[in-house]
Amino acid sequence: MNWYAVAQLPWRFYALQALAVVRLEWRRNFFSRRAVWLYVLALAPVLLTGAHSLVAAQRGWGHSLGEDLRIYAGIFHLAYLRMAIFLGCVVIFANQFRGEFLERTLHYYFLAPIRREVLVAGKYIAGLLAAVAFFAVSAGLSFLLTPLHFGAQFQEFLLRQDGLEQLGRYVLVAVLACAGYGAVFLLAGMLLRNPMIPAAGVMVWEGINPFLPSLLRKCSIIFYLKSLTPIEIAPGGPLSLFATNVEPPPVWLAVPGLLLVTMLVLVTAAIRARRLEVSYGDS
Amino acid sequence: MTNGAITFDNVSRFYGDVLGVNRVSLSIPPGVTSLVGPNGSGKTTLMNLMTGLIRPTRGEIRVLGIPPDRPEELFRHAGYCTQFDAFPKGLTGWEFLYGFLRVHGKEHAEADRLAWEALEIVGMKGAAPRLIGAYSKGMRQRIKLAQSICHKPSVLVLDEPLNGLDPMARAETIDLFRKWGEQGLHVIVSSHILHEVDRISDRVILLSHGYVVAEGQIQGVRSEVKEHPIQVLVRCDRPGVLASRLFEQDHVVEAKIDQDGRGVLVRTLDADKLYLLLNRVVLEAGLEIESVAPADEDVHSVYQYLIGSEGGTV
Repeated sequence: MNWYAVAQLPWRFYALQALAVVRLEWRRNFFSRRAVWLYVLALAPVLLTGAHSLVAAQRGWGHSLGEDLRIYAGIFHLAYLRMAIFLGCVVIFANQFRGEFLERTLHYYFLAPIRREVLVAGKYIAGLLAAVAFFAVSAGLSFLLTPLHFGAQFQEFLLRQDGLEQLGRYVLVAVLACAGYGAVFLLAGMLLRNPMIPAAGVMVWEGINPFLPSLLRKCSIIFYLKSLTPIEIAPGGPLSLFATNVEPPPVWLAVPGLLLVTMLVLVTAAIRARRLEVSYGDS
Repeated sequence: MTNGAITFDNVSRFYGDVLGVNRVSLSIPPGVTSLVGPNGSGKTTLMNLMTGLIRPTRGEIRVLGIPPDRPEELFRHAGYCTQFDAFPKGLTGWEFLYGFLRVHGKEHAEADRLAWEALEIVGMKGAAPRLIGAYSKGMRQRIKLAQSICHKPSVLVLDEPLNGLDPMARAETIDLFRKWGEQGLHVIVSSHILHEVDRISDRVILLSHGYVVAEGQIQGVRSEVKEHPIQVLVRCDRPGVLASRLFEQDHVVEAKIDQDGRGVLVRTLDADKLYLLLNRVVLEAGLEIESVAPADEDVHSVYQYLIGSEGGTV
């Protein structure tokens, strides 16, 4: 297909259809029973950082603002990137197709005059909007809550120093994480009956990333995400002895690189969707 | 390739080692066509194949000239009411129809209008604002039917569409199918309730163990069953006289006076010869014939002769 033919495709019509899919998926992502876990995952760090700020304001912990920002960086790496966003994306994206198979409702989409590629796009966008609403907003809120007890000093840092830039970078990393992991788990939900198997595999792979040889380190999402965060957290204690030292990629490479990988995974998912059959008896 | 028909060209589908359908070649014209066969005979497989939910292992399918693996084209013209009794959670009847009409690419006003029109056709306007989860089985069946017709398709594939409907709704739905058939739509219905198939269909496709064992108009299919004599009920004023004349004929296998004593049930190997004989008897013996009607040119009989099973009943 040449570029002229691509330009001639009914893109507005496709957008309308994708939007209709997003609207239908909205309920599944926000109001279904499994969404309870998403609320828990998203709210837990917010409550934790909120409680920290409240207690620190009342008792005075003697931390500096810099120390609190490093605490938040740790929370972001562990509670968000490795837990909430990762698991949240498994719940949201792996169920976009798999969940409908189990509920025996996928055929309604397959019996509509919609290109499977548009359906994949619609479901991905719906999942991404939900993941961002849950986790990027949560990460931003936690960033604001953690050092809130510093009052005017934090206000000064936020508005006159690089506070807003840091906030923006954390939110950007959260959005990119949702986009990257989302694409991976969307595809996994189409390929495998039990998406928890690839989820566990990816989790282990991402977890051992600091200890992998430099070439393998670059074949992971966390490697690019970590390089984008304002404060990088390296493995501490005896584990640091096994960590490899790799130059992090520059921002101009990390962001488009992640987006490119995401696109490639989504294209694979779209190709897979075209071959997908609805035979619930076999599922 | 026939653009106005649904064609199967040597289509087979296997589920691993299990046969779904085998070497099916068909051309289905407009009108009401019933797929008849016992459970596991391949009715649903055939429907899933023609709507692209599954792919053939071998062979080629075209629906109005469109291959089923192009849903973006096929479902502008086709609708499929499946057997699956499941719905997206948390939607009302109206939201279900409206939401998927938007997936079809319809704008808000058109989707709203089409949704209400379909709800009216299936008699569900009153229940439209209620959650589907609170519907009865019959209501769920009707909302599914509404969803398959709401975009006004010219090919309608309906898998056991009368399941769960009360007698009144059944009669109304059968009338709808007939009306659509008369309007030139392709209406393909699967059913195991044979007397309903008789009422609905212009044509039947009889399936057994994944094979098409017969297809065509019911009378045509019946006449092809050579080994079974054709039964004809002749109602007349002097059945005894008629019966005695019938016994003289080679092609008559059996002739017995009907239970009410006002007719003769004849089993013949050659219906044409029988009808010629009746004309002669009327002229020679002055017999008054009230009616002559085939007694086994229905799906139930054909089904029994070809498949050797009783089929289903209401």
